[in-house]
Amino acid sequence: MTDGVTEEDRVRLAPGVMLRQDRVRGHWQLLGPERVLILDEVALEVVRAVTTQAQTGQPPVTVGVAVGVLAAQFDAPRDEIAADVLEVLGDMITKGFLTR
Amino acid sequence: MTFCGATTGLEPPLALLAELTHRCPLRCAYCSNPLALDPASRELDTAAWCRVLDEAADLGIIQVHFSGGEPTARKDLEALIAHATGVGLYANLITSAVLLDRARLERLRDAGLQHVQIGFQDTQPAKAELISGFPGGQPKKLEVARAVTDAGMALTVNAIVQRHNIDRVDDFIDMALELKAGRIEIANVQYYGWALKNRAALMPTRDQLIRMDERVRSRLPELKGRLVVDYVVPDYYAKRPKACMGGWGRKFLNVTPSGSVLPCHAAETIPGMSFDRVTERPLADIWANSAAFQRYRGTDWMPQPCRSCDQKEIDWGGCRCQALALTGSADNTDPVCDLSEHHGLLAEIAAEDGGTAEVPITYRSFSL
Ligand code: SF4
Ligand code: SF4
Repeated sequence: MTDGVTEEDRVRLAPGVMLRQDRVRGHWQLLGPERVLILDEVALEVVRAVTTQAQTGQPPVTVGVAVGVLAAQFDAPRDEIAADVLEVLGDMITKGFLTR
Repeated sequence: MTFCGATTGLEPPLALLAELTHRCPLRCAYCSNPLALDPASRELDTAAWCRVLDEAADLGIIQVHFSGGEPTARKDLEALIAHATGVGLYANLITSAVLLDRARLERLRDAGLQHVQIGFQDTQPAKAELISGFPGGQPKKLEVARAVTDAGMALTVNAIVQRHNIDRVDDFIDMALELKAGRIEIANVQYYGWALKNRAALMPTRDQLIRMDERVRSRLPELKGRLVVDYVVPDYYAKRPKACMGGWGRKFLNVTPSGSVLPCHAAETIPGMSFDRVTERPLADIWANSAAFQRYRGTDWMPQPCRSCDQKEIDWGGCRCQALALTGSADNTDPVCDLSEHHGLLAEIAAEDGGTAEVPITYRSFSL
């Protein structure tokens, strides 16, 4: 179930999912089995923040750590960022792009 | 393919269905391959496919689906996947799995394969064999499915639903969970090619469909976040058609084993169509200008009632091949639409062919 992604969770790209810039259209997107999710600037930064460390072979950071990074990056209140991030992540998990 | 956030208007295609071969060890009763199968001697060679993949990537295609027939019957599959990945395409493999083993799967993964979709004829081995005409398939498929997730690739269970297995849709879902699939595609047989020939042996009854529909819907909440469910509601009992292929010539290209470029995999059944070949014309030119893609692209070709309907840029008048198969002309509104004057035909066919009786199956073969 996706209810309640929490700041303690660690999320990764689901098997078969990759983050890629579209060569022809220019935008960033997540590619998965029979699926494409176009990322706006915020969604892209969220995906990067939660997955970057895992791409270097280490365990992913917690969602809470990623929220802190994003709050600093966007110079926005932490609570607001946290709410948005949890919603975006829940949606991406439901669609099968991310996994916990 | 779901393209979340796409805008309207003619854009570059999203996906290429690369039918590498019509060869297949199975003989499925529902196979959508044409009755006239391409022999191995007419298949495009490795270099020709590599060029198609280059042109596809340049054209803006994002995903390639290696399909068939049975694509793993091609010894150059590793090379083609490596080439596709090298030019930035996302590689999917649509397979019956019976020719695969762990070692080859790992080679395919190392070549860049991301996703393997395995077609299952049933959850019970004997029943699966009745449909596929292939002994010993089920245990092999299960073994390969486990090897896919062990190798770190995404797995889709493709449950192909017809009258003999429709009452076991719950078992299909449980099987997908047990195999740790990320996705299940519950696809009711679409009646083209060999499937059309076997319609009277395959089509379920309305009661069966209603029960299946209730079962699938009741499972969805529990599957949220665990298993992506792609569920195609069966055509013959629907009121409005699907946007076949996302609209003719709008999202998909299909290249046949011998190199013809089709707007959909059943387009060769339409009389009076001619298809360009990848060996004779660049893919981008075929996509933009070929007669086959222009013929039903957009809304200009539409007859009534589509022409003055507010749904015309949503379902694009439905499926051309279905209009042909059921009304005798591909130029008509898809009779699945209840606004079509031919809509009554569907109920007649469903009443005639829909059933639970044992009707002999015509297994697919190269010589008919
Ligand atoms: S539907 Fe069956 S016979 Fe046809 S290509 Fe697929 S596995 Fe082979
Ligand atoms: S009339 Fe044509 S456009 Fe309108 S809903 Fe039916 S098939 Fe679609």
